[in-house]
Amino acid sequence: MTPASPSPFDPGAEAARATGAILRDTLHGAHRGVVVDSPPGAGKSTLVVRAALELAEAGRPLMVIAQTNAQVDDLVLRLAEKNPELPVGRLHSSDTDPYDKALDDLPNVRKSAKAADLSGLDVVISTAAKWAHVKGVEPWRHAIVDEAYQMRSDALLAVAGLFERALFVGDPGQLDPFSIVGSEQWAGLSYDPSASAVTTLLAHNPELPQHRLPVSWRLPASAGPLVSDAFYPYTPFRSGTGHADRRLAFAVPSDGSSPDRVIDEAAETGWGLLELPARHTPRTDPEAVRALAQVVRRLLDRGGAATSERSPDPAPLTADRIAVGTAHRDQAASVRAALAELGAGGVTVDTANRLQGREYDVTVVLHPLSGRPDATAFHLETGRLCVLASRHRHACIVVCRAGVTDLLDDHPSTEPVQLGVTVKFPDGWEANHAVLSHLSEHRVSWRP
Amino acid sequence: MSLITTLARLEAVDTGRAQPLATVRHRHLSERPLVFVPLTTAGEAGAPLGALVGTDRDAPRLLVVPQPRDRDLRFTFLAELADVVLPYVDAYGDAVEAAERSETDPETGKRVKVEVELCADAPQLIVPSRAGIDFVRLLGRSMRFRRTAEQDPETPHPAPPRVPLLGRWLTHFGERARVPGSALLLALTDVLSRHWATGQSSLEDQHLGALLAWIAPPEGEPGAEAALRAELQRDAKGQLLCPPAGPATDPAFDNKLLAPAIERYDRARTALGAAEDGLEADDRLGELTAAEQHIRDLVESRTRPTWDAVWRGLDLLRGLPEGAHAADRWTRDRWSFTGHRDGVLAGEPPQPRRDDAVTAANKLATREREQARLEAQEALDDPLVMAGRRLAGEAFAGEVTDVVMAYSESKRPSPRPLVTIRTDDRPHLGERAKVYRSLGGKPQSAEFVEYVEREDGDGDGDGDGDRVRGRGEDGGADAGTDADEAAAGLSVVLRIVDKMGRGKEPEPGSVPEKGDQICFTLFEHEQRGGAKLPDPEETPWTHGGPPTESTEAAEATGATGRTGAAAAALPEPDPVTEEDLL
Repeated sequence: MTPASPSPFDPGAEAARATGAILRDTLHGAHRGVVVDSPPGAGKSTLVVRAALELAEAGRPLMVIAQTNAQVDDLVLRLAEKNPELPVGRLHSSDTDPYDKALDDLPNVRKSAKAADLSGLDVVISTAAKWAHVKGVEPWRHAIVDEAYQMRSDALLAVAGLFERALFVGDPGQLDPFSIVGSEQWAGLSYDPSASAVTTLLAHNPELPQHRLPVSWRLPASAGPLVSDAFYPYTPFRSGTGHADRRLAFAVPSDGSSPDRVIDEAAETGWGLLELPARHTPRTDPEAVRALAQVVRRLLDRGGAATSERSPDPAPLTADRIAVGTAHRDQAASVRAALAELGAGGVTVDTANRLQGREYDVTVVLHPLSGRPDATAFHLETGRLCVLASRHRHACIVVCRAGVTDLLDDHPSTEPVQLGVTVKFPDGWEANHAVLSHLSEHRVSWRP
Repeated sequence: MSLITTLARLEAVDTGRAQPLATVRHRHLSERPLVFVPLTTAGEAGAPLGALVGTDRDAPRLLVVPQPRDRDLRFTFLAELADVVLPYVDAYGDAVEAAERSETDPETGKRVKVEVELCADAPQLIVPSRAGIDFVRLLGRSMRFRRTAEQDPETPHPAPPRVPLLGRWLTHFGERARVPGSALLLALTDVLSRHWATGQSSLEDQHLGALLAWIAPPEGEPGAEAALRAELQRDAKGQLLCPPAGPATDPAFDNKLLAPAIERYDRARTALGAAEDGLEADDRLGELTAAEQHIRDLVESRTRPTWDAVWRGLDLLRGLPEGAHAADRWTRDRWSFTGHRDGVLAGEPPQPRRDDAVTAANKLATREREQARLEAQEALDDPLVMAGRRLAGEAFAGEVTDVVMAYSESKRPSPRPLVTIRTDDRPHLGERAKVYRSLGGKPQSAEFVEYVEREDGDGDGDGDGDRVRGRGEDGGADAGTDADEAAAGLSVVLRIVDKMGRGKEPEPGSVPEKGDQICFTLFEHEQRGGAKLPDPEETPWTHGGPPTESTEAAEATGATGRTGAAAAALPEPDPVTEEDLL
């Protein structure tokens, strides 16, 4: 894949150069904000932790804004891992079990539901929703906003008064924030409350420096080019590893069934498409769900071992290294039920929204358009497919009904064009076609 | 579209009649709604052609603009509309009741209760279809910044006295209509299709005639045929028998009937202007009056069928009893109405052209909260809606088969009883998921503990369970997988966690008893208020800082309402370029 060029691409050096520039702008830049675009698995969390540590070291009080409690707890744990001495505050809600119990074992992490209890600590971390309730405090000199592309503009509005300057980090290719009611009324306004926080920020502050992390450490060499071309055509990135660095092998040979054949195809090439006969189905397509569950069952049964640059020895492919992704919650629920019946309980099954930011060795995906009679904006959304196709370190298997290409051709994008709204490229239609045409080279037809 | 709606639509196709989606009416209907059936001129945005408006179904007021491009005639129309709408609206502003509202005390900064007025009832505007709501909004926008001669003696085209005020009210109605569950301004097609599922697409449901044909087809005729007739059938002259509900008109009507009539009117007007003596003028005035009358007849002939259809639709809706929470939502509408009434009385400026960042965010937050509230309340008010949520795995109902008393592990143990419920629903319960039931109108929460295998496991011995499960399978077309069968044989164990009083023993009636029929939801019944956003003048740098002076100036002059500076403060229109001219 690497084109012949005089200076070979050194992913480590490229990434280090980008990180250095980001930290320089963050710590010493003249602008109030710095925006960092990060493709899937490009070390976004690592960057956030490193920036937080350096800011704390420089003696600048820092607040960190993440979007979910899981992300907040994860950041606290990573910070404590890097620097156990650092005094960290975890601001949490007053619900029951507001934070991960693992935080109780960290001596330098103070937890409270009141911001006042945490004043003076080097770093205070919470969700945007909780920060919005903090009033009447001296503004922090610095903030880091994590997953800023998944944060809604109105959520930023509620917290932006709490900091003087900020580093905004996120992945522009993942799912855009959404609202459960129509918001066309404000489409085209620079501060459309339903737009993403970064969109609003850049509309009002176009001069802010924008950086990009150039290397995905998660995606294997087999997935980097496809995901980059299909979802980030104007801001390409590279995979940090080569084809030889990752290997997925199975102790038990294939029994010739469709699930085994698609597993072998995916182990070999990084992608597998298990194609069921064309049919219009209810959302929880029982055949597709069953096929998907069988693939997972076989993945577990065949004694998979994943070799990667992380360690010289292969790591066993266990249930916690596999995830199933769907578009809808009821689909996830029926997959869970089907897996429970096959005794494959430990596998993560979730919707694209909830899989954002997560990483697995192998993912099995129910294609959002499988069995549908129509292609709605929801199912076409670029970010949804991007999330589902970029969670894996080794292989991704897509389960889908035949005929999605025709479905796409029957349903060109028909979203109304709104004045003043930047048209997002690529649109979901285009991205879906790109992914499908690649997957068609790795097709295995379902034979019950 | 939810599974139960799909099912209802399939049944509608099968039976040839619309199927109920609700057993109660989920919107408040006023005793005396103001029905407004507007028509607009083709190709001329915001140019009304005419309207039927009024509160008496037998005596609508017909308003017509005989030459829609004539601004003076348009103003006459709007002034007449104001004469109908404003007295109707004002009538509700007078009857008030005392109410309390919490406000932030400017001195202490604390939340205090203040006594305020709340209008005892509110006006309600009904338009035939969703496009009618947009038209109300458009009319509002076109009128609210107009200046009357009294406000600004130098304005080139002064508006009739009450027209700007009508614009503000219509803007308020249009904006309120965007709040889910509100009923100040309703589109009848929306309300009807909330309560009935037809065998046609939701796009076709926006045709009032076709929608009513499905809900109440003529004796012996299937809904599909009646709907098709309503959409397509034309008379010998090529005119639709059931004219579209508007505001857009049928092109055949525009071309064959309206255009010649307006041409005749124009000719008559020119002729009258050119009349040389009184006798001639009298004759030509007669011709002008006849031409105008002809247009009036045409407009009435297109609006009257819709007018009657709207009232028929209202009759159908009134046939359903009002849902328990509809009154609660109507109270919010009354607050909204009272708030705008107070704003007008206090001399506040008209609503700005665009929301500022903070207002937009606040509106979006309110609407999202109201949407969640509406969905929860409709389910709680209506077993049929709840059935849809149960089918979607978002709620479950069943019989309590066991209650075991347990206590929390703390210094002062509180009751945490374990309740086992046998259900044939298939809720999507995650680990320690929270569920809620309604206890005397207040939500009681419980925590999901585990599923237990039921003794009648496979359901064979349980006729009742079998039947209910069978219904689920029909809905899912072929959802009868092995996994589903396994789930159907389960009971759910919950731990009740609140609303049992402060004592060691739960208050009587606060814990379900064996044999109770009970329904828990996975969604919350009440919505928490969000965090308070900054004031507009504290808009942060990320959102462009506080609103700029020009917008403030526009609002300030609007407040004093006496100078022409408001127009000056508005942004300049785009310059005319060569491309603008053909």
